[in-house]
Amino acid sequence: MISTDICIIGAGPVGLFAVFEAGLLKMRCHLIDALPQVGGQLSEIYPQKPIYDIPGYPAIKAQELVDNLMEQIAPFHPTFTLGERVESLDQQADDSFVVTTNDGTSVHCQVVVIAGGLGCFEPRKPDILNLERFEGKGVSYMVKNPEQFRDRRVVLAGGGDSALDWTIFLADIAKEVTLVHRSDSFRGAPDSAGKVVELAQKGRINLALQSTITSISGNGHLQEVSITAKDKTVLNLPTDHLIPLFGLTPRLGPIADWGLTIDKSAINVDTTDYSTNIERIYAIGDINTYPGKLKLILCGFHEAALMCQSAFNYVYPNQKLSFKYTTVNGVPAF
Amino acid sequence: MIQFTIEDRDGVRQHLEIPEGINLSLMEVLKASDYNILATCGGMALCATCHVQVLDGADALPSMRDAELDMLDTLPDADSDSRLACQIRVDETLEGAVFRIRG
Repeated sequence: MISTDICIIGAGPVGLFAVFEAGLLKMRCHLIDALPQVGGQLSEIYPQKPIYDIPGYPAIKAQELVDNLMEQIAPFHPTFTLGERVESLDQQADDSFVVTTNDGTSVHCQVVVIAGGLGCFEPRKPDILNLERFEGKGVSYMVKNPEQFRDRRVVLAGGGDSALDWTIFLADIAKEVTLVHRSDSFRGAPDSAGKVVELAQKGRINLALQSTITSISGNGHLQEVSITAKDKTVLNLPTDHLIPLFGLTPRLGPIADWGLTIDKSAINVDTTDYSTNIERIYAIGDINTYPGKLKLILCGFHEAALMCQSAFNYVYPNQKLSFKYTTVNGVPAF
Repeated sequence: MIQFTIEDRDGVRQHLEIPEGINLSLMEVLKASDYNILATCGGMALCATCHVQVLDGADALPSMRDAELDMLDTLPDADSDSRLACQIRVDETLEGAVFRIRG
């Protein structure tokens, strides 16, 4: 089990900056994020977009801000669990918490900080009956290990870069690859789209354009997908795997079931210290709400600073907190 | 005033009246009108959480630019009448239009 002072759920900019504020107060942090990389929506959705309201930066690209934050928190050696989603929160007899992810990673901590932004980014799922019943039994929303598709029949759905790239990649591995796309052309990278069309012309993959997957079936494991074309003709295609690739969308996820007071997918907090209705659990950044709330990164930074002043009392209950400026004290690395 | 209609996810319709020259996107107006729209990316056509279906008045709207087309193309449930509310400016082209919230 991982042991730390503060477990931060969400490794976006606000979660990352919380590490710095905690570090100044000698509190260690472990961060968990469902995404495979740090940065939250900045890295996932708009890494190259400029942000204009970060103090001291007239303009800074989203990914550059994330990179700077990672540099800023490096002296405090945060640890990370990435690509895993927090599932449960169990309060111990001494009021500390054990946080557990969907992959079974457990983190023991004195304080939980929810910095989950808009929630977990989860795959967009097409509206296909029984889709979730076959998840892990032939249906997957990402390619973690391409080898699992070697010599297998694979159907991919989608028209973006991800669908194109994996179609090209799996053409060399899988026994049969079919790409299903709703429209008659691809708006992904032209080079990738060209390669996909070329592979289809050579007979190395099957293309089902202007088509959608309307149903799936199997006996315990996916065995067949039904593809309906625009002209209503239906193709029943035997397959071992279906990979819908329609990007990610944020969902609040299991956080909604932890007994926190929630209003419109946001956690109510006390603006004194951004504490929630459950002692030792704080919420900062876009995931919280209070009168006058502004969903701005700079507001999240402020919330992180105040939260840490309060969290200190749980991590060091017998110590008095004395406020120090970094200009005087520097950055006291661990 | 510009008048158009919003149909929420429950099928409930509401008529909105917005002053001309307000310089807002439809997404911003929907959020200001307390519709539950995430608008994760803040209006950059990067997330599709403001996906709407144009039930009436689609022809009068300005045509889509590449960013909107690209994003809609990635959605599993987009149709020919789909738009991103963040890419639609609220002006006279919306007069009489009917939008259904899909995102």
